[in-house]
Amino acid sequence: SSHFFRQDIMKWNGWGYSDSRFLFNKKGQGEFTGKRYRLSGMILPSLKDWFEATFGTSLQHKTPATPTLNVSAVPPPNLVEPFVEELKVAGVAASHDPEGRVFRSHGHCLHEIFALREGRIGRVPDLVVWPNCHNDVVKIVELACKYNVCLMPYGGGTSVSSALECPLEETRSVVSLDTSQMNRILWIDEKNLTVHVEAGIIGQDLERQLNESGYCTGHEPDSMEFSSLGGWVATRASGMKKNIYGNIEDLVVHIKMVTPRGVIEKSCQGPRMSTGPDIHHFIMGSEGTLGVVTEVTMKIRPLPEYQKYGSIVFPNFQQGVSCLREVARQRCAPASIRLMDNEQFQFGHALKPQVSSIFTSFLDGLKKFYITKFKGFEPHHLCVATLLFEGDREKVLQHEKQVYDIAAKFGGLAAGEDNGQRGYMLTFVIAYLRDLGMDYYVIGESFETSVPWDRVLDLCRNVKERIVRECKERGVQFPPFSTCRVTQTYDAGACVYFYFAFNYRGLADPLHVYERVEHEAREEILANGGSLSHHHGVGKLRKEWMREAVSTVGLGMLQSVKEYVDPNNIFGNRNLL
Amino acid sequence: CSGSPPSTMKRPVRKKKKNRLLSSRAEPASFVDILEERRRGSDISHALRAFSPPPGCGAPPPSPSALNKMVLESQHLRYVVLEVRDTPGQEEAAALLDEMSQNLQVTFIRLLGFALSKIFTRLFRRIQVNEDGLARLQQATQEHPVILMPNHRSYVDFLVLSYIMFTYDLSIPVIAAGIPLMGMSLIGEIFRRSGAFFIRRAIGSDKLYWAVLSEYVRTIVRTGFAPVEFYVEGLRSRTLKSLTPKMGMMHMVLEPFLKGEVYDLSLVPVSISYDRVLEESLLAHELLGVPKPRETTRGLLKARRVLEQDYGSMHVYFGNPVSVRELAKGRIGRGQYNLVPRDLPGRPSEESQAFASAAAHRVVRLQERGTVLSPWSLTALLVLQRPDGTRWDLLARDTLWLRGIALQLGARLDWPADLPDLEVMSSSMALHRSVVRCEEGCVWLVEEAGPEPVTQEEGVFRRASAVLMCASYRNQALHVFTRPAMVAVAMGTVPGHSQEDIYRHFCFLRDLFANEFVFVPGCGPQDFEEGCSGLQQCGAVSATDHELKPTEEERDTIVFLSAILEPFIETYQVVFRILCDERLQVFTEKSFVPAVRADAMKLLISGNPVTLRRDTEGYLPPTPTCCKLQCPNIYFRQSHCRIHPGSCSPTPLCGPQVATSSPI
Repeated sequence: SSHFFRQDIMKWNGWGYSDSRFLFNKKGQGEFTGKRYRLSGMILPSLKDWFEATFGTSLQHKTPATPTLNVSAVPPPNLVEPFVEELKVAGVAASHDPEGRVFRSHGHCLHEIFALREGRIGRVPDLVVWPNCHNDVVKIVELACKYNVCLMPYGGGTSVSSALECPLEETRSVVSLDTSQMNRILWIDEKNLTVHVEAGIIGQDLERQLNESGYCTGHEPDSMEFSSLGGWVATRASGMKKNIYGNIEDLVVHIKMVTPRGVIEKSCQGPRMSTGPDIHHFIMGSEGTLGVVTEVTMKIRPLPEYQKYGSIVFPNFQQGVSCLREVARQRCAPASIRLMDNEQFQFGHALKPQVSSIFTSFLDGLKKFYITKFKGFEPHHLCVATLLFEGDREKVLQHEKQVYDIAAKFGGLAAGEDNGQRGYMLTFVIAYLRDLGMDYYVIGESFETSVPWDRVLDLCRNVKERIVRECKERGVQFPPFSTCRVTQTYDAGACVYFYFAFNYRGLADPLHVYERVEHEAREEILANGGSLSHHHGVGKLRKEWMREAVSTVGLGMLQSVKEYVDPNNIFGNRNLL
Repeated sequence: CSGSPPSTMKRPVRKKKKNRLLSSRAEPASFVDILEERRRGSDISHALRAFSPPPGCGAPPPSPSALNKMVLESQHLRYVVLEVRDTPGQEEAAALLDEMSQNLQVTFIRLLGFALSKIFTRLFRRIQVNEDGLARLQQATQEHPVILMPNHRSYVDFLVLSYIMFTYDLSIPVIAAGIPLMGMSLIGEIFRRSGAFFIRRAIGSDKLYWAVLSEYVRTIVRTGFAPVEFYVEGLRSRTLKSLTPKMGMMHMVLEPFLKGEVYDLSLVPVSISYDRVLEESLLAHELLGVPKPRETTRGLLKARRVLEQDYGSMHVYFGNPVSVRELAKGRIGRGQYNLVPRDLPGRPSEESQAFASAAAHRVVRLQERGTVLSPWSLTALLVLQRPDGTRWDLLARDTLWLRGIALQLGARLDWPADLPDLEVMSSSMALHRSVVRCEEGCVWLVEEAGPEPVTQEEGVFRRASAVLMCASYRNQALHVFTRPAMVAVAMGTVPGHSQEDIYRHFCFLRDLFANEFVFVPGCGPQDFEEGCSGLQQCGAVSATDHELKPTEEERDTIVFLSAILEPFIETYQVVFRILCDERLQVFTEKSFVPAVRADAMKLLISGNPVTLRRDTEGYLPPTPTCCKLQCPNIYFRQSHCRIHPGSCSPTPLCGPQVATSSPI
């Protein structure tokens, strides 16, 4: 049946599609398998050297994952029989098949994947249910209330905040409510440029189907291949092209959510209202603690006529940040503008596929010569911004010139479309790389924050340094990979994304070390005026800082909403609060 | 200095025979005499040597004008200029900055290197520097901005760190200097080009000046192109005793860390000590109320004759760099600036003030611990207890005994192991023949020669001057004994042996002497612990769960240690008495010190046995302003001191806290 469709083509203990993975072939060359991505099937000649040099690893030392799920290790389901019976009567699909339950028991935090690779299975949901539509959800929630069953909404499963982990203290039967079957576009309103969609739809499907009608939402989080509309709403997601299309809160016109108290929704689709605090803002970011988002009306735009990638090389990160700040000041940010630091720039280079002709390699060499020798850029300081422009052809070209002119004032040199495009392509494959690392004693993770402009540089430097120092202090033998990029610009600040990975050979408890370092890094972010999260959410991973983040009164407000909407904690994933 | 760099330190670190006796508790340090090479080699080639300090943690050094531009264009300064709009702020700020800023030039460092080589080789037998400390310093400069925090005991130490840094190929520091130095024609400019920047005294509430200064300092720290050097004690200690730190500069250097503008800062305590201080008699006179001569170039030239004397060795001990981040862990919330622009002018929060104060005190304590003491410091301590003369053999015996105690208590002594002890002590004392003389097996204090006959006042003055000179060398070693001595005194004033009672009395002494000795705020229990364990080390007490008992065998130690504090306690008693007797209830701060001095003089001449039991020893209370901070019923307002009749509750202290501690 189609219920299992996704879990059949996806890894049970790693990121993404089963057929797509990085590996080192017999010659020791890096390779990306499968056919789905631009990089698929390509040889990556520099990956090995970069990998070994960056992490101090050797391809001789492997840490392979448990190949298959040991079904007997999965705890038997704790089922409430009458609940299961009534679901059946109501015609809602359900299963307690162990593989399906394990598949929905986790997100993609390092510790979650690390445990799976070692074949360790923790608390998993006892039952998975697949509602087909809004009314199914209403029935499920009613029954859950009736039998005091714990419900955990599950969309795309790409959480990186421990949001999908079953709380250990939960003694009730835990039911994973998988929204994947609620994936239809219900209508498109071309007069108002809106679309009404069931919330289980996956990002790439939504975009593809809209494209067929000549539209798009323009909402493209890095996880859009796998994450769902409902998940975006529940976590306050942010998309790469938010500069044109907005973040999820700007895109949403109407939300329908099923709660234990009943259905919450607004009575009309007015573009803005003054009717007290916006109830959408209780829903957005509620992380599955209040109910299930079932249907959403979103803004759509006609597909852009023209798209153009671009890239700029800066002599150093500081100049790059100053340029982004100026672009934001002039409010002329392209659809996307991202600034990688030097480490990430070098990392990007390691993922360059084998060049097909001597001419290209000659050209590359020439470019490198021009930048480092002729322009005097220090190869260990320079950094790169990648750009994506969208819109009318003429406007795009005009816009492009404006941005490059600003960049020139900060010593930036245009570095070609190709570099830009590769930069964006990498965002989709980069998540696969962690699995490769984990095959060779390397563990890592990404995390993000948002921060006022004047603190961007200080925060980046301090957090990166903190990571390096904490690793050293905790016995990590080789300096960690600690890098960042500015991924979004706003009027008053920016979103910064950190990657952090290290070689854990010689550590007795690598996960613990990892978690402590991540914790310290977050402390450093907060001490430097950064936010608890820009778009990943709080989940259970960052709960400890919530009070500090929103004040005691703020937390009380959220708690009182939870108490009213869900007094029996039916939506008991224990995120956020 | 030819030859290729053999190791991380460019200057070859010669393995030298370890001839320093080091205590069990002070970590070993290997000192190297940097003058030895100067005596062997040419000063010119030293001055012209290849000087290429390794790059620091920050960007390459901006030119002085670029630095000034950064300061003038800073948001912080713009805020302040807006605030004090009544004056043409921007131009005034530029003028202030011109007056203040350094203009570091390598040529001048070379010139200075040449001149100082000449001067130092004449003044000193040796300048002993611990190379392990320099290696740590070099490491630190490559990681984070470095703040060099030397103590200040003599005019001579003003450029000595720069000289050492030049010799060892480390970045030349920029140095906070008092504005009087700038006023010296030529010299001021040389200092400026050697990296000094000048700070006015008594800035008071001049907002613009504060802003320019603090932005200037912060910009240097933030960019991290050179170490910042400043005297956390604020001024030269006239008593050679550590002074309680001043907070202005401390806040300025810490702020970039607290605001997240740098990842960390390294505070490097540097302890400078002299076998003999050039200004010793000047210092004594100043303490006795003779005004300090103004710093002029002419005065400096006149002072040339000091070059003709022997001042023994100078020790410069570079302490372990202290990470501010480590210090701050759990003590201060760095998120405090999250809700306001970091450039906004404003007073540091209470939390920051407490943190800065603790950090500054801690550094002074580390300076104390790093200080290398000459044997004479110990002898001086004993001489002062027998001011009417003593037999040399007894003095030598007791000095050796005291050396044992001092080492137990963690003192860092310069006591060559390859020479007979007697020779060490006598040569160390011989350096001070202007103060103390040994003839026919007897040792006594020497009074200044002068026209005869002397009045009674002149007699006391001359006597006091000799005592004070002697006392200043004792003072260099005081920090070793302070805490155990306070425990010893507390033990003597408590009826039983209860630790709790002793601790209470200890705390009273600690509060009383808060401006006399340096105590890290809030570390009372640690200080007590240090005192107790020191006494235990010496075998003078035995501690049980709740009791602290003197041991029979080492009763002498307890008595001796208590006696160290006695003059201080008596000084305070005298001053309090004068304050209470005073008919006049209101007097100016300016007149207070001379008034006390005059009263003490009277007491000494009359030989009042009650207030000055030990008057024969000539203990004068020359600068008892410290008392005002201790005494709960005195407070100063607008430099007027008022005694509150009958008020015993602590009154908040107003006015400037300019306590100068008493020298004895």
